[in-house]
Amino acid sequence: MYLDYFHRHSSMDQIYRQQILDHYQNPQNFGALENATHSATLENLSCGDKITIHTCIENDQISDISFEGEGCAICIASASLLTEEVLSKSTDTVANMTYDSIQDYLGITLSPSRIKCAHLALLTLQEALK
Amino acid sequence: MNFPLLKKNKKLHYLDSAATTHKPKEVVDRIKKFYTHENANVHRGIYDLSEHATQMYEEARKSIANFVHAKSEREIIFTSGTTDSINLVGYSWIWKNVFEGDTLLTSQMEHHSNFIPWQQAAKRKEHVSFEVVKLTDNYQLDLDDLEAKLKAHQPKLFAITHISNTLGTVNPIKEIVAIKERVSPHTKILIDGAQAVSHILVDVQDLGVDFYAFSGHKMYGPTGIGVLWAREEILTDTMSPYRYGGGMIRSVNISDSTWADLPEKFEGGTPNIAGAIGLNSAVEFIEKIGFSQIQSHEHTLIDYFFKKLDSYEHISLHGLKASKERIGVFSLTIPGVHPHDIAQILSNNNVAVRAGHHCTQILMRDVLNVVATIRVSFGIYTKKNDIDAFFKGIEDVFRLFPPS
Repeated sequence: MYLDYFHRHSSMDQIYRQQILDHYQNPQNFGALENATHSATLENLSCGDKITIHTCIENDQISDISFEGEGCAICIASASLLTEEVLSKSTDTVANMTYDSIQDYLGITLSPSRIKCAHLALLTLQEALK
Repeated sequence: MNFPLLKKNKKLHYLDSAATTHKPKEVVDRIKKFYTHENANVHRGIYDLSEHATQMYEEARKSIANFVHAKSEREIIFTSGTTDSINLVGYSWIWKNVFEGDTLLTSQMEHHSNFIPWQQAAKRKEHVSFEVVKLTDNYQLDLDDLEAKLKAHQPKLFAITHISNTLGTVNPIKEIVAIKERVSPHTKILIDGAQAVSHILVDVQDLGVDFYAFSGHKMYGPTGIGVLWAREEILTDTMSPYRYGGGMIRSVNISDSTWADLPEKFEGGTPNIAGAIGLNSAVEFIEKIGFSQIQSHEHTLIDYFFKKLDSYEHISLHGLKASKERIGVFSLTIPGVHPHDIAQILSNNNVAVRAGHHCTQILMRDVLNVVATIRVSFGIYTKKNDIDAFFKGIEDVFRLFPPS
C-alpha cells in the first residue's frame, strides 16, 4: 500500500538534519576554479537542478575541486559534501563511485525522485572526468 | 461520493488533482465489470459479446458528445489523451491545411503538449512561422497582443488552453473567438481543455471554437483515454487519417486504400474500449453532481485557501487572486527554499503537491522568472482539512528554512 512504501524513507527531520541544512546554507567549495583542468554541467530535467563541477587533476588525482549551480537543499548539500569527500582521491576511485557512497555520507534514504537530486553532483563530476 | 483510494488512505491530503484525479468507485467498478463480464473487441464480431461491447463503446461516445454539447457523436474521436488529440490535429490537419507563408499562433501559458506540436509543425513545413501571444502582468492572456498578432499574421490556427494548468487562469474563450471573428475570421481555434472539463461546463458550440481536446484521467476517468472534438465538416473535408491500421478503412487495394467514415477513420487499431466505457461512468458521475455544485464547492475552498494564504507574507502566489476567472490551481514559491524541498516536507506531512515546471517551461522562464514552483490543486473530494494540513506542513518548511 502507498503508506507502507512511503514510510521506508527517512523522516523529514532526518532528511533535513542540521548537517544538510548547513551545507545548503553555506556550501563548501562553491564558485569558479581558476586552475580547473576539467569541467562539466548537468541538469536534472524534471526539476531544474543544475550543477557545474570544476576540478583540477594532477597525476590522476583530484588536487582541487569546486562547484556552482542551483538546486534544492539535497542537491546542493550533496554537491558540497561530495567536493569534501573526493579531494585528493584518484580519478579511478571517483569513476567507480556509485550512489551508495553518497547515501553513506548523506546518511539518509531518499525516494527515487529525490535520489536524482542527491546523485546529480557525482554524475556531473564523473562526466567532467570522461 | 466514494473514492476507494482516499478511503483506504485517510491520512493522505491529495492536492495534485491537476496532474490526475482519483477515481470514484463507479468508474473502478465499471472497468472491472467490463473485463469480467463484457470483454470483446468492437466493430468486428457478429457474436453477442462483441455486439454488446460495440454498443457500450458507442454509447460512451454519445454520452461524451452530450457532455461537451457536440452536434453529433461523429465529432467525437477517441484518443489516448489530450496530448494525442492535439498531435492528431498537429499532423493530420496541418498536413492538408498549412503551407508556405502561413503562421501558427499559440500563447506563453501553454502546457508543452499545446506548444511543441505547433512549434515543430512550423519547423517541419517550409517557411511556416510560429508566433506566441504574451500574458499581462496579471497572468492573463494579453488580448491586445492577441488582436495585434491575429491582425498582422492572419494565422491558420490559434491554439490556446481553456484553463492554465500552472496559473489556474480561465481564458475568456468567447471573447477570444469574437476578436478572431472581427480581425482574422479564417483562423481556426483549438482549445486544450485538459484542466477545464472537470471544473466548468463546456459547450463547444456556445464557445464557437473548431477543435477541443481533453483527457479522461483529469476528470475522474481512467488514464489512456481522451477525446478530440472537432466540427464535422473539418474532420470530413479537411483532415485525412495519419495513423493507419485496422478498423479505419473502407477498402484496401495494392495501389491505394479508402477510409471509413467518421469517427472510425481517425481510430486506427483496437481502441481503448474499457477506457471509453470507464470515461462514460466518469461523465455520469460529474453530471450527477452537476457543475453548479462543483463550482460552489471549489470557490468555497478557493476563498478558504486565500484567507489562510493572506497571513503568510513569505509565500509568493504566481497567479490571479480569488476570482471567478480562476480555478483551484495555485503556483507558489517561497524565496530561498527550493520547491522540491517544500514538496518533500509537505510529503512527510502526508500532503501531496506537485513541484517542478509543470510542463510549462516558457511560462516559468519568460513570465514568472522562476525555475520551478509548487502547485496545489483541488478536486471534487478536496476538503478544508486538506488545506489546513497544507498550511501545517508549511509551518514545518519555515521551521527548517527560517525566512531571512
